[in-house]
Amino acid sequence: MIYREAGQFKTSYAADQAVFPLVQDRWVVGLLLAAAFVVPPLLADEYWLQAVLIPFLVYTLAAIGLNLLTGYAGQVSLGTGGFMAVGAYSTFKLTTAFPELNIVFVFLLGGLVAAAVGLVFGLPSLRIKGFYLAVATLAAQFFLVWLFNKVAWFVNYAPSGTITAPPRTMLGVMVTGPRAIAEVRYLVALALVVVFAIVAKNLVRGRVGRSWMAIRDRDIAAEIIGVRPLRTKLLAFGISSFYCGVAGAELVFLYLGSAETQAFDINISFLVLFMVIIGGLGSILGSFLGAAFIVLVPIFLTNLPHALGVDASVALMKQIELMIFGGLIIFFLIAEPHGLARLWQIAKEKLRLWPFPH
Amino acid sequence: MGLITALLAPFGDMAAAPTFLLEVLVGGVAAGLMYSLVALGFVLIFKASGVFNFAQGVMVLFAALTLVGLMERGVPVALALLLTIAVMILLAFAIERVVLRPLVNQEHIILFMATIGLNFFLEGFGELLWGANVKRLDVGIPDESFMLGGMLLNTLELTAAGTAAMLVAILAAFFQWTRIGRALRAVADDHEAALSIGIPLKTIWVVVWSVAGLVAIAAGIMWGAKSGVQFSLSLIALKALPVLILGGFTSVPGAIVGGLIIGVGEKLGEVYWGPLVGGAIENWFAYVVALAFLLVRPQGLFGEKIIERV
Repeated sequence: MIYREAGQFKTSYAADQAVFPLVQDRWVVGLLLAAAFVVPPLLADEYWLQAVLIPFLVYTLAAIGLNLLTGYAGQVSLGTGGFMAVGAYSTFKLTTAFPELNIVFVFLLGGLVAAAVGLVFGLPSLRIKGFYLAVATLAAQFFLVWLFNKVAWFVNYAPSGTITAPPRTMLGVMVTGPRAIAEVRYLVALALVVVFAIVAKNLVRGRVGRSWMAIRDRDIAAEIIGVRPLRTKLLAFGISSFYCGVAGAELVFLYLGSAETQAFDINISFLVLFMVIIGGLGSILGSFLGAAFIVLVPIFLTNLPHALGVDASVALMKQIELMIFGGLIIFFLIAEPHGLARLWQIAKEKLRLWPFPH
Repeated sequence: MGLITALLAPFGDMAAAPTFLLEVLVGGVAAGLMYSLVALGFVLIFKASGVFNFAQGVMVLFAALTLVGLMERGVPVALALLLTIAVMILLAFAIERVVLRPLVNQEHIILFMATIGLNFFLEGFGELLWGANVKRLDVGIPDESFMLGGMLLNTLELTAAGTAAMLVAILAAFFQWTRIGRALRAVADDHEAALSIGIPLKTIWVVVWSVAGLVAIAAGIMWGAKSGVQFSLSLIALKALPVLILGGFTSVPGAIVGGLIIGVGEKLGEVYWGPLVGGAIENWFAYVVALAFLLVRPQGLFGEKIIERV
């Protein structure tokens, strides 16, 4: 009854093609956005911001990036961690070389470097497809991480081999570095995610996104109707790597504070791929839902025994956590292979009809 | 110029010390056969069910953990081996029933993800059952080094290579000449055609997963005896992936030849060119070799030719 489009007549193409064609949707999204900017900085404590909300935002950005590549353009990539590392390390190099540059601008530059690297590693996709490509992207993952580990220049010859977020201010407020408060870092991450999500949504609605989907659904047919595979696939790799690069920079500068190459190992590639698949391939909303799921489940599993008053050893808990995590992934894939975004869609359909069954 | 000389210099080293080169090559072949052993598990499952089983590495770990765990509790080697085989077959049944059957007809990537989930589950389960500490696996294969014609060889590596070669021969014969083997090949060729002439798909899946489990036991014993049974054992799956794309996902001989190429290439690269770039290149070198091959043959060396129609 509440969620109904009756009486909302579209009188222009612009209104018909809007991202949120329904008034109710626009209100809900607007309110949610406003709440996201206002409520957590006022109410959430340090733990919630640092352990839940900031990683959620960072991973969401990475998931959107991978979703553009895997979900929309159909190119499976296991090199996400490597591209995130490129973003993080080039941001570190750039901001230590040019301390006066605005840090958010440096994030974008780091993303551009990652995009360039992504283009190079996207080249094999023109010849290799499917799982062969997925395994080939592992080459990017291992090579890049090895490179950052071996070449001391990337860490400014720090003997520990770690990169640390230097203190940087924006508009007089400390954004990165050890003394930057969690609220500020949260707001910066949130603003970036919102902007990039809007950009991504509009990309996939337009010419670019449609050519990606054409390549994904049947590449030869797409080629015949005039979509250029070279351009389209490389563009997907470039833009996806840009998103991942910015996410990698955020991971170090807004979330962890300092990191070694281990923070970007193969596990992070799988984690982001999980977010994309559990959230829903080819859905921007799905990237948000998937990231929330993958960030929240381990926290929930860690805190569950305390809440239940069970006392178990750390090793045992870790093993059980792994089992439940693996089991949940299989369960979700069986229950809804199209991801959480599809569940949400089904719920919306039901809401439209409610309280009638048909 | 300097760079090219530095890159070419190792060839001079090779020519100068042929015995050492031979030693490196033998080491490469031995390592390569061990990679093949893991890659075989992938190929079997991919061929018969189109599932890219990421959990193969953890299956190796799980098999080795079960074997060691049983032996630690005083079970004699032969019995422990039989019990481990039983456990792996049971696991195959469970996987078919719980994971594969509900996901029939889903896209490849969904099945791939499911096996990653399985990967996490088995890792936790194996360590929960048998403990996470490093274990020594001793099944009675001597681990000694000896000199032969100026080369330093290792009995364990040679035994492992011999076992791998034998296993491969047995599998090839099994595929070629037995009734089940023929059914497996039929399923690999065309699921629907196989179904229509009455080949039970479910049974076939259980069989391949069981065979992959047996291969995992062999790989687990060999790798476990070499470097101890611990979590890092499951990471050899990542070593087997370049072998897989090099040889082709669907080819048993491809897994063997790919394994040999990767094993030898990796050893040569590590020994002769590794020092130039600061070492530790074994993590990605194999991938780059495989990638270079793929650019020439996108379906791998022996993979089925990809024919595309609109």
